[in-house]
Amino acid sequence: MWDYTEKVKEHFLNPRNVGEVENPDGVGEVGSLACGDALKLTFKLDEESRIEDVKFQTFGCASAIASSSALTELIKGKTLEEAENITNKDIADYLGGLPDEKMHCSVMGKEALEAAIENYRTGETVTHQMEGNVVCTCFGITDTEIEDVVRENKLETVEQVTNYCKAGGGCGGCTGEIERIIQQVRGEKKEPREQQSKRPKNLTNIQKIQLIQEIINEQVRPSLKADGGDLDLIDVVGDDVIVAFRGMCANCKMAELTLTDVVQAKLREYVSEDINVYENK
Amino acid sequence: MDTIYLDNNATTRVAEEVFEEMKPYFTEYYGNPSSMHTFGGQVGGKLTEARERCASLIGCDPSEITFTSGGTESDNWAISGILAATPNRRKLITSRVEHPAVLTMCRSMAPHGYNVVEIDVDEKGRLDLDQLEKEVDEDTALVTIMWANNETGTIFPVEKIAEIAHNSGAVFHTDAVQAVGKIPVNMAESNIDLLSVSGHKLHGPKGVGLLYVRKGVMLRPFIKGGHQESGRRAGTENTAGLIGLGKACQLAEENIDRENREVKRLRDKLESGLLEKCSDAFVNGDSSKRLPNTTSISFEYIEGEAILLMLDKYQICASSGSACTSGSLEPSHVLRAMGVPFTAAHGSIRFSLSIYNKEEEIDKVIEVMPPVIKRLRELSPFGRQQK
Repeated sequence: MWDYTEKVKEHFLNPRNVGEVENPDGVGEVGSLACGDALKLTFKLDEESRIEDVKFQTFGCASAIASSSALTELIKGKTLEEAENITNKDIADYLGGLPDEKMHCSVMGKEALEAAIENYRTGETVTHQMEGNVVCTCFGITDTEIEDVVRENKLETVEQVTNYCKAGGGCGGCTGEIERIIQQVRGEKKEPREQQSKRPKNLTNIQKIQLIQEIINEQVRPSLKADGGDLDLIDVVGDDVIVAFRGMCANCKMAELTLTDVVQAKLREYVSEDINVYENK
Repeated sequence: MDTIYLDNNATTRVAEEVFEEMKPYFTEYYGNPSSMHTFGGQVGGKLTEARERCASLIGCDPSEITFTSGGTESDNWAISGILAATPNRRKLITSRVEHPAVLTMCRSMAPHGYNVVEIDVDEKGRLDLDQLEKEVDEDTALVTIMWANNETGTIFPVEKIAEIAHNSGAVFHTDAVQAVGKIPVNMAESNIDLLSVSGHKLHGPKGVGLLYVRKGVMLRPFIKGGHQESGRRAGTENTAGLIGLGKACQLAEENIDRENREVKRLRDKLESGLLEKCSDAFVNGDSSKRLPNTTSISFEYIEGEAILLMLDKYQICASSGSACTSGSLEPSHVLRAMGVPFTAAHGSIRFSLSIYNKEEEIDKVIEVMPPVIKRLRELSPFGRQQK
């Protein structure tokens, strides 16, 4: 059982402002069924451009529902400029805190608010997650989102990033990239020489193939297997590595991303930056 | 109303008779069962009785039972002990829906050069026997597959699996933690080599269990030290706990018909009552070959933790395969392996009953739960997708 505050429990059991505003001025939708939580926020402005009415619908756990309820209470009566200044920390603080593992619920509230304001200003339905390049393919989280969450919440570890935005919480194949983003945001980016030191020099062909197999076995396969998938090394021709997906990976729509962002990235990191990975279909 | 406890696959209430049997062995008869004096010897005698009671439940010789600290130790030991005893075989086969006590242990062997293969299940949670037959070969040291799944209750054809393993000279272990006490188990009529049992799943205390090892099966010790348990498992026995395990096994043997008749009737009543009153809901697992006490129901478009917390308000205890309950971010590996869609996997609730559940408790859940489901769907942006 999670250690929820009384206020979280109260807002979960008696959420405020549930539903959809009729003829809304702004609509924001984030998350999905696949991700395990989703939030739809609708608001209407009064004559002074203040948020007169705001409602939500949430698919998610107790803290997701409580965070949505808290958000609506926080922004009611505010101008859009005032509402924009509300952070996910404000939502969590309003509730007396959330468990670390549940902080992503407060971030989802902030993202829905941003999407709704963007919808009001541009008339566009914004797909919040797609700003930037996708880093976490399991949950569709981009580098921009990770940078924002690290910057705003002063995060230092991959685990914290996972708690705040879910990135890295699936197969784990993107944890190296998340680590790099954290270092970049915190101004602690590793020197290229340090990165290169992972790669051995002057490998014979046999040594190279052995190393590729080893990296696949130890760095790639466990995360794919955790997802019910697998991968076999088929051949190595020069710097071209041919692999075949097995199990769940074989029919996965994200296989192409896994191929480049996970398999190729790992082999470039540990074997040679010239490596290109192709799927044997 | 008191707490309605429907989470018996997580743990069970210690039976009053079990507790009474254990009590004197904390303060009155506290001798070491390995000691030479009479004071210790009388505890040793009681431990022998406990072993006989356990053996009677699973139909084996008492000498084939080694007491352990529980199901996890038994599973870990079976895997590591067989691999150590057969160093020339480098393949280890399990299923994708095992309890973490088996799955994590198996996966941990991969970096040590073992080829770890996880067999798939179908949408009902049934094992792919064709895949198993193709995978078992002369390099296979051990096949370890559970008897009954802890989340769905689906029962696996363990005798057939043992036969497939033996065809290639592999050893077969089954994690029977959820099966023993709920369905008949008779090792004398079986070809299973190793079997794990946990005390707290059958109204015994936590922290005790056993590993059945068929006579003649080579198994290296897991915990080394003294000569306890015939040199197979070192460490002074948790005597009071094991005496409790023995009593729990005796009671389970007496109650197994009740389990399969009365508990199953209540489970079926609960299941049909909820399915009748809640739309967009279905049962996960094999409805024909299933533990009599278990039902896993998915309620689409809502999330499991939210359901559980609302039930908690009515003092109803169940569990969920949803990610948010566990702190992990993805729903249960069992439901994912079965291909349960995300629309349903996040909203799965497992009810597991015991002989202590009463009719009025089931009536209460059938009354309370539909409004909870309706309320959460009203909150959900996906609720509008309901028919």
